[in-house]
Amino acid sequence: MNIHEYQAKEILDKYGVPTPRAEVASTATEAKDIASRIGGRVVVKAQVHAGGRGKAGGVKLVDTPEQAQKEAGALLGTRLVTKQTGVAGVPVEKVMIAETLDIKDELYLSIVIDGDIGAPVVMASTEGGMDIEEVAENAPEKIFRVAGDPLIGLTTYHARDIALALGVPAEALRATTKLITDLYRVFTDNDCSLVEINPLVVTEDNRVVALDAKITLEDDALFRHPDLARLRDGNQQDPLERRADAADLSYVKLDGGRVGCMVNGAGLAMATMDITKTAGADPANFLDIGGSADQERIEEAFKIIMDDEDVEIILVNLFAGIARADIVAQGIVAAAKETNAQLPMVVAMRGTNAEEGARILGESGLNITAAPDLAGAAEALKHKLLELGGAN
Amino acid sequence: MAILVGPETRLLIQGLGRDGSFQASRTREYGTNMVAAVHPGRDGQKFEDEVPYFSSVARAVEATGANTGVIFVPAPFAMDAIIEQVDAGLELVVCITEGIPVLDMVKVVAYMKGKPTRLIGSNCPGVLSPASKAKVGIIPGNIVRPGNIGVVSRSGTLTYEAIAQLVQHGLGQSTCVGIGGDPVHGTTFTDVLELFQADDETEAIVLIGEIGGIREQLAAEYIRQHVTKPVVASIAGQSAPRGKRMGHAGAIITGKAALASEKIRALSEAGVHVVESPTQIGAMMKEVIG
Repeated sequence: MNIHEYQAKEILDKYGVPTPRAEVASTATEAKDIASRIGGRVVVKAQVHAGGRGKAGGVKLVDTPEQAQKEAGALLGTRLVTKQTGVAGVPVEKVMIAETLDIKDELYLSIVIDGDIGAPVVMASTEGGMDIEEVAENAPEKIFRVAGDPLIGLTTYHARDIALALGVPAEALRATTKLITDLYRVFTDNDCSLVEINPLVVTEDNRVVALDAKITLEDDALFRHPDLARLRDGNQQDPLERRADAADLSYVKLDGGRVGCMVNGAGLAMATMDITKTAGADPANFLDIGGSADQERIEEAFKIIMDDEDVEIILVNLFAGIARADIVAQGIVAAAKETNAQLPMVVAMRGTNAEEGARILGESGLNITAAPDLAGAAEALKHKLLELGGAN
Repeated sequence: MAILVGPETRLLIQGLGRDGSFQASRTREYGTNMVAAVHPGRDGQKFEDEVPYFSSVARAVEATGANTGVIFVPAPFAMDAIIEQVDAGLELVVCITEGIPVLDMVKVVAYMKGKPTRLIGSNCPGVLSPASKAKVGIIPGNIVRPGNIGVVSRSGTLTYEAIAQLVQHGLGQSTCVGIGGDPVHGTTFTDVLELFQADDETEAIVLIGEIGGIREQLAAEYIRQHVTKPVVASIAGQSAPRGKRMGHAGAIITGKAALASEKIRALSEAGVHVVESPTQIGAMMKEVIG
């Protein structure tokens, strides 16, 4: 789950990680008042769940409270389109007004789980402010990595090693070491999947400050952090993804696709997307209905696909182990009848009660092509796409 | 001989809620020797009038000599269940539970270092050996056939797909192993490849990988150095975009190495027969072993 920068800053503040003086505003007038309180030159930052804000015009430097009011007014209520959002962009409902600092150096710091090591790993780089993936690809030697111990945590000496690798001034070494150990505690205490400070700055007076903060919380661990679970901002999500979340479905909307995919199991769902592509069209979504989905969830899953305006044809691929094909078939028929769906469907059903599922679909009167298996589904999809006017 | 499970398997099941009980029945129907069920507070009762319940794993092991455990307990309590089974000295622990917090799995894997127990999963379909009718997990017993192909996979239902294709081409399986889709898990591809290479009953291997992490590359390196048996591989997620989690917590493209194309390249360079489409797994294996 993503949270906003101002929410991440609140968590950092709680752990004593230095951040710029800042407050969040929902109106232009509030923004003006905050800018007056902070005084001097401030930065107005759109609060959205997407990177690339600066280049998209979501971050403005201003010299007076009146300018802060004007820029905040221009941002609030609009949708920001960045390279990380779709064309629809994300709504700007809050802006953060933060003090500006005299910056000497910009650094990078993040913590993620490294599945291959099996521990949280601190990544640090002197290339602050840059896209870290680009640094990783073009100059991997500039990224310094240290794994924490799963049971002990991150020792102070490891944190100091990282601070030394970052080349912070001697006066700032102790504070940077503490900042890194505090940040590691932020990560483990709150079950984060990402804590990223980009940039971490060294000021002219040798203070280290987290100028920006991005925190992603692990969905699977939210059950033990009810206070953090409340930070969810559904308005930042794609509306279809938001509905899928509410129905406990694993769904990802994919831009530009026209084949809606409905599958049980994540691996098979990916494989189904792959055969869709090979058949000549892009998948419109990833959707795993899970192992023990009941008819209501199946119905909602089907409706989510139907409500995706990009979808022209639906591919259902079910290999029922725990799931039951007849229940899935009933869910599809109920949802299709309710939404008056006319879209063509290719359906492959195997496993538990597959014959009964096929009978239910066959007698439904829906526009369905039954396929015996994955290869058959690929073939049927190809034919259907040709009927619809060729591959893209 | 199959790997991991066999006639010597004495299975203990922990977590008998709706899904666990359903799967326990399927497991027994298939013919697996289930000797104990762990559910606190049910001592003295029996599952399906035959399998005795115990309130703790240690008590169950002491009374029944169970050597293998399977876990269905809900995610918030799964770390505890794995550690309880490890502490009770089970040889093999298979954790089916999905959605365990990653930091819990980080602790589990660290805790298990140096201990004799092997963990499969979490978030996996488990292990099944058709010839010895040993099923530890949720792989449907009616889709497999006894034979000589070893199957190892990060996925659940895509594993079933691979099995169905093998059967379609007249190829049975020695053992099917689902290692799970979480980024931090117990037994890896490399571990299972080592077991299949050493297993007399296994003539060839199917490996099903997916986007995320570098475990397929590590498998490729291991195959290049140590595996002489033919390997057919399929990598799911070639059409997946960067930065989006495709259901499995581990299936996310975070860097170049996590891409399907990088995994395919590494495996191909190691001499693995990588199929272009997941529909070709069975046919490719038939062609490779003739």
